[in-house]
Amino acid sequence: MTTRFIGKPLKRKEDPRLIQGLSHYVDDLNLAGMLYAAFLRSPYAHANIRSVDLSKARRASGVVLALSGADIDGAIQPVPCAAQIPDMKSGARPVLARDRVRFVGEAVAVVVASDRYAARDALDLIEVDYEPLTPIVNPEKAIAKGAAPLHAGHKDNVAFKWELEGGDLKAAFKAADKVIKQRIVNQRLIPVPIETRGVLADYQPGEGQLKVWSSTQIPHLLRTQIASMLNFPETLVRVVTPEVGGGFGTKLNVYPEEAIVAYLAIQLGKPVKWTESRRENFQATIHGRDQIDDVEVAIKRDGTVLGLRCRVIADLGAYYQLLTPLIPTLTGLMMTGCYKIPAARMEITGVFTNKMATDAYRGAGRPEATYLIERVMDLVAAELKKDPVEVRRKNFPQPKDFPYATPTGLIYDSGDYQKALDLALKIADYKKLRQEQAKLRKEGRYTGIGISTYVEICGMGPSSAMPAGGWESATVRVEPTGRVSIMTGSSPHGQGQETTFAQMGADILGIDPEQVQIVHGDTSIVPYGIGTFGSRATAVGGTAVYKSLQKVKEKLARIAAHLVGSDPERMVFADGKISARESPKKSVPFGQAVSAAYVAKTLPAEMEPGLEATTFFEPTNFTYPFGTHICVVEIDAEIGDVKLVRYVAVDDCGNVINPLLVEGQVQGGIVQSVGQALFEEAVYDEQGQLITGELMDYALPRASDMCWIETARTVTPTPVNPLGVKGVGEAGTIGATPALAGAVADALAPFGVHHVDMPFKREKIWQLMHKDGRRVQ
Amino acid sequence: MEIQLRVNGKPHQSQVEPRLLLVHYLRDVLGLTGTHIGCETSICGACTVLLDGKAVKSCTLLAVQASGGEVTTIEGLASNSQKGSGNGAAGNGALHAVQEGFWEKHGLQCGYCTPGMILAAVDLLQRKKNPNESEIRSALSGNLCRCTGYQHIIEAVQYAAKKMNARKPLKMSASSGRTP
Repeated sequence: MTTRFIGKPLKRKEDPRLIQGLSHYVDDLNLAGMLYAAFLRSPYAHANIRSVDLSKARRASGVVLALSGADIDGAIQPVPCAAQIPDMKSGARPVLARDRVRFVGEAVAVVVASDRYAARDALDLIEVDYEPLTPIVNPEKAIAKGAAPLHAGHKDNVAFKWELEGGDLKAAFKAADKVIKQRIVNQRLIPVPIETRGVLADYQPGEGQLKVWSSTQIPHLLRTQIASMLNFPETLVRVVTPEVGGGFGTKLNVYPEEAIVAYLAIQLGKPVKWTESRRENFQATIHGRDQIDDVEVAIKRDGTVLGLRCRVIADLGAYYQLLTPLIPTLTGLMMTGCYKIPAARMEITGVFTNKMATDAYRGAGRPEATYLIERVMDLVAAELKKDPVEVRRKNFPQPKDFPYATPTGLIYDSGDYQKALDLALKIADYKKLRQEQAKLRKEGRYTGIGISTYVEICGMGPSSAMPAGGWESATVRVEPTGRVSIMTGSSPHGQGQETTFAQMGADILGIDPEQVQIVHGDTSIVPYGIGTFGSRATAVGGTAVYKSLQKVKEKLARIAAHLVGSDPERMVFADGKISARESPKKSVPFGQAVSAAYVAKTLPAEMEPGLEATTFFEPTNFTYPFGTHICVVEIDAEIGDVKLVRYVAVDDCGNVINPLLVEGQVQGGIVQSVGQALFEEAVYDEQGQLITGELMDYALPRASDMCWIETARTVTPTPVNPLGVKGVGEAGTIGATPALAGAVADALAPFGVHHVDMPFKREKIWQLMHKDGRRVQ
Repeated sequence: MEIQLRVNGKPHQSQVEPRLLLVHYLRDVLGLTGTHIGCETSICGACTVLLDGKAVKSCTLLAVQASGGEVTTIEGLASNSQKGSGNGAAGNGALHAVQEGFWEKHGLQCGYCTPGMILAAVDLLQRKKNPNESEIRSALSGNLCRCTGYQHIIEAVQYAAKKMNARKPLKMSASSGRTP
């Protein structure tokens, strides 16, 4: 195969419609007679519902229907949770609260009206009699003795306990020269895709078909779940994901509104649309992170890390969403990072509190792991007064150690951590950075240099290790005109599969990317698939595409060889022709070979007509991208402001289909991390009110907050798939926070500070640098 | 209330509720769904359109406030877009230099913030022919993007500036009009 397109920075096929406003997200869709739904949500974090009076709302102008939890009791099953942990307690989220609300924003009633303003107005006419209960907000207090359980029938607020241990931990701590202990908090975040969620449903009674348009990352899984929740035949449910305006894990889920809007469309026989407001998105779409990690590390004086022990409190919120309990366990699997640490143990306590559920937010458990282990390496360096680079280098597995088995039971596929580190140090000119830092410190200026050498687990994943299947599907169909349709189960939301998969199709079949059309996000057209998350679209979805392309190519080679009188093995696909290697005369245009498959008069004996292949690709392992990020910050001692000065990112995601898109993923991921490090924090007050409930109060990184990101790559292909690609969607987010945190801690080292919890807001930083209003030194 | 305004060069006259937001007027009444809603509080800028040539956030403007004005949405930015469908939705027009820049430099991923981001960039390049990196960052700080990390957007705007300057070499308009 000649690679004219794979590996090249092709402009995206998706973009012309997006830059002209011609694409359609859910709220852009309008159907004749469409009605609008709006949800009334609890203003209390914890309360009993004594009664819900919908009578005034039902009489309001334009209102068609108003329902409470009692009205739909039994008609819709609770939100599904696919993750199962042994002995985990029940915590299913009802689609509408019935007797009790357990977080601010929990839906209590729904109104359907002729337009969105009327629906919203009617919410104000609903009278709910609440009996407020004491909210449980702090996860440590939630599991303290005497705390009242949130859920009936539970004896406490422990949702589950999960343990993982590998290696001889006792021996590690016995052999240690020193043991370092630290509490590391990974704060709760609100993911904020710029498009909120939205659902449109339409039911045609005559046809019996239920159509649901949803802004989701998982159209097929959603179809199955809607069918189950409504007890509706799955074959008659069609889920369509039009353009999706960002997901970051929030749309890798199943929400009450998706089932309720579908239910309403069936009940009313009319299309019903609901578009989430930003406030609803903050309150009632999944949150991310929220772990308290108490870590102990056993080390030798030379910087060798012998063992790691960590107790984690994971604040799950009030209910389980699709994958809630699974997320912190990924932190456990990845806790030893890219180091040869022979023994490790993690104990996780999942805790119910009166908050929105946490679930998969970009990185999902792995940013927490990287943050944990990278902070640990920095603390080791500080304790031993060694350079953080040296401590990392000392504990790396070497390229010859791969595949590398971790004490947590994973097999890292391939890696050369030293190489990425060396390249990053070279680009940053690390030695010079340290010299400059020393010079500036003498001038009373506080710069800090942070280093993160990360590895992450992605390409999710083998089905044996996934809650609901880890394979992916792809159908390649060459149409009679010679145009190629690729149906992928990896339903994208900004990743650019329409371009990368077309690049693959073009190279493998020797045609132009313009001839290849990617079809996704429609369960009636695309074979059952899993979806886009866990940096899996290229590694798993792309491999399914690759395999289907190969099958189609083999058939075409047989047809072409038959037409020109040669051997299928000798056929070369290039420049829109299929030619025999031995003679340029023995050549047939691509379209003619395709046509032969459909006209079916000149096919080789016993060959079936048609030209289509489907693959369900099951990966044998996860993939493990890695890299080194180096960050330089300067802290303004007067106001505690942390300014990014430099950012160098060297990432290794294996082979690359489109370097432009890889770069976009890396940069975007890093900036999302900058958000966590510097600004973002979901804050619930003692009453369980989400006081960062809007973009007015929850700061996302802006263009003006960033410095230029210098990116580079090393290439260590994975043996897990034939493309050698690992995945890159989450790497930036996973790799970056520790670099930022390391830089801030390094800048504050002259003040005796070695660890600060995120976010690094001005007041917090200023306090660390001052005592009684005076700068400490 | 009755409002009259031009949208993408086309005159419109409508009866609207006084509380109707401009963005809902554009999207729900005129069917111009290229303008998006991201936050309803003027923070994210997904709803940015040009009103009388200046970038405004249409989620916190009432339709009545735009009466008498000239609105440009993303659908009206490509050069001959008015020739497209009846509502001024873009078709096969020549892309504006900023649109082209976003395509060339991979300035978008999910595309949701993009129309607002593009119009904010158009506004900037009307005011400043050759903005430097920090001026671009500052001018776009009222528009949030959660996907790209902004860097390719900066490059897209730089690409557009270069292209626009090459097309119109150094000729300042004598009658400066109302453009700031």
